[in-house]
Amino acid sequence: MSTSTDNIARLVQGEYKYGFVTDIEMDSAPPGLNESTIRLISAKKKEPEWLLNWRLDAYRHWLNMCLPQWAKVHYPPISFQEIIYYSAPQKRNDGPKSLTEIDPKLLETYEKLGIPLRERERLAGVAVDAVFDSVSVGTTFREELAKKGILFCSFSDAVRDYPDLVRRYLGTVVPPSDNFYAALNAAVFSDGSFCYIPKGVRCPMELSTYFRINTGKSGQFERTLLIADDGASVSYLEGCTAPMRDENQLHAAVVELIALNDAQIKYSTVQNWYPGDEEGKGGIYNFVTKRGHCRGRNSKISWTQVETGSAITWKYPGCVLQGDNSVGEFYSVAVTNHFQQADTGTKMIHLGKNTHSTIVSKGIAAGHGQNTYRGLVKVMPGASHARNFSQCDSLLIGDQCGAHTFPYIEVKNTTAQVEHEASTSKIGEDQIFYCNQRGISTQDAVSMIVNGFCKEVFRELPMEFAVEAQKLLGISLEGSVG
Amino acid sequence: MTEPILKIRGLKAGVVDRSILNGIDLTIFPGETHALMGPNGSGKSTLAAVLAGREGYEVTDGEVWYAGKNLLELDPEDRAKEGLFLAFQYPVEIPGVNSTYFLKAAYNELRKYRGEPELDAADFLNFVKARVKLLELDESLLRRPVNEGFSGGEKKRNEIFQMAVLEPKLAILDETDSGLDIDALKIVANGVCKLRNAHNAQLVITHYQRLLNYIVPDRVHVLSEGRIVQSGDKELAMELEERGYDWLTKEAATA
Ligand SMILES: Nc1ncnc2c1ncn2[C@@H]1O[C@H](COP(=O)(O)OP(=O)(O)OP(=O)(O)O)[C@@H](O)[C@H]1O
Ligand SMILES: [Mg+2]
Repeated sequence: MSTSTDNIARLVQGEYKYGFVTDIEMDSAPPGLNESTIRLISAKKKEPEWLLNWRLDAYRHWLNMCLPQWAKVHYPPISFQEIIYYSAPQKRNDGPKSLTEIDPKLLETYEKLGIPLRERERLAGVAVDAVFDSVSVGTTFREELAKKGILFCSFSDAVRDYPDLVRRYLGTVVPPSDNFYAALNAAVFSDGSFCYIPKGVRCPMELSTYFRINTGKSGQFERTLLIADDGASVSYLEGCTAPMRDENQLHAAVVELIALNDAQIKYSTVQNWYPGDEEGKGGIYNFVTKRGHCRGRNSKISWTQVETGSAITWKYPGCVLQGDNSVGEFYSVAVTNHFQQADTGTKMIHLGKNTHSTIVSKGIAAGHGQNTYRGLVKVMPGASHARNFSQCDSLLIGDQCGAHTFPYIEVKNTTAQVEHEASTSKIGEDQIFYCNQRGISTQDAVSMIVNGFCKEVFRELPMEFAVEAQKLLGISLEGSVG
Repeated sequence: MTEPILKIRGLKAGVVDRSILNGIDLTIFPGETHALMGPNGSGKSTLAAVLAGREGYEVTDGEVWYAGKNLLELDPEDRAKEGLFLAFQYPVEIPGVNSTYFLKAAYNELRKYRGEPELDAADFLNFVKARVKLLELDESLLRRPVNEGFSGGEKKRNEIFQMAVLEPKLAILDETDSGLDIDALKIVANGVCKLRNAHNAQLVITHYQRLLNYIVPDRVHVLSEGRIVQSGDKELAMELEERGYDWLTKEAATA
């Protein structure tokens, strides 16, 4: 049927909408990594000495670490000396940056991405920190939030303005020695977002960070640090895109969340890095360490992720449930189409009494995509009456793709209750034909079935983003059924 | 003379290494109901699949005209939007997709195709409620995923319910009666009869004459080894009930 082939070809071509490059003058470090690269980054950011030393310690540690080999992903060795570790848009002056001073080209870029930063056009009810390559280029609603005592700014600004808070919490959830990529990040991170919600404050709007990689050959290493003090609550969203390039680019971020007594953090990610082309050429390597620490009693951290982009995704947002009665949640949709690979899941570490965790993972594989769920539920001796419920479902589209599930369970307390359910299903030709026979096109049918499959996760996303995520899912699977 | 809804001429079709339909001629006019009978494996469902445009079947000869259009050139979804409806012999489960949502999507595709405005959720629900009564369908089924966990009979009733919502020009019912208890059979048959009018037509595939007591056909055809070997009026169905197919298939073989 030539008409449907044509349609699919057209859809595939229009697949990634964010693949453009912004032509803007950049201030970039030469490629390569050594101590002077780190000193350069730190100097550019006018960092205090303790932070430089922290970076250098991490770097020295990293030199002795090995690449993680256990994930079910395959890629040629990364040559770390060819990466550009610092790349920032040229600043026009050295004065304090305010949104009115942002380069119009950058404003235009974010507008094209659907994230208007200009005062008049801002997204209602969402404060945005926009990170372009290595640095934050602007944070909206900063003053409004400050009135409630909420600190929301770029990581660099936080180091300058709130050094005590940064120093107290930085690296306490994901220590620099945690893993290879976390150590690398600690050494070379250039910016990211910082957020502190003071005692008893419910953040009145969604906070979000929007990450954009622009420069070729550059890596993006940002760090997010989010602290909810006693009784505070916040909902945070993260989005990301990158230009289409033939070479692979590395994104190795670290996110640390800290919830004190009775605090609640909801962290949602819609990850749409460039996934590479249909032949598997190019795309982002998304090697990310995200962890939340329920440090206080009755605290709650909830991760929701929709992972549609990246050539390779390697991430396990987890929760350390230390406070008694604390709750950890992980809701995930991961899509791999064409030659994408994802090895993703979560870690729930139960330390406190009566701690509960819920894991809902939906993996979708199409084309030659490989989709792996890897999860660890660990109940330590002190975690009496801990409970976990895990559900891992896989959906296959076509017969060239693969889905794999590796649930690890370690229980050291006999009062714990751990439940695991898993399923694998396939979108069958008979389902598609049934929909076709009712007037529904193949593309809409796939999208309908996939959205039905993911609805428990989409339910967890903030309203506006749930709609966005559904559309995104449709786009990433376009052309997956012929 | 009015134009036929369906005109099949010399249709041959099959799968890669095997021919299943070996030259079928059939003409159905608006307002008519035809019954298609025949032994297991004679090609009844294959004919339905070819008419609906299922992938995997290759038409090797012949032509099919549907309301003046060359049916075989249309994509399956366009055939549906042109008013061709197939009630499946084995309705498919679509986990996670809510029945009402599914049906609304199908209904709105039809409306878009006809250039009519789409119905919103509230209007659609009102419209559906009226149709539910017609089929005495258990409303709770509509809140469940499409066919998932439905009993055999519920699935069949759901097919006719969808038909009642989509109001097709040509409905092909593939053994909708098998698996129904006697009360359900009456309800379904009754529903089909209420939907019959001078502008639409039905092709009813069945093994049992009893269905034809409720949905009285204008013509009855017997399919054997991919050919229509006998056509007649409703009396033919009675005769088949008594004598089976043997006498016909033998006749066809010697002819
Ligand atoms: N996709 C297919 N691949 C191979 N053989 C097929 C396929 N579809 C149908 N057939 C074969 O074609 C013949 C006709 O099948 P069909 O399902 O049309 O029969 P039927 O008349 O509907 O039978 P029943 O009364 O049992 O429903 C059977 O022998 C069947 O095995
Ligand atoms: Mg059949």
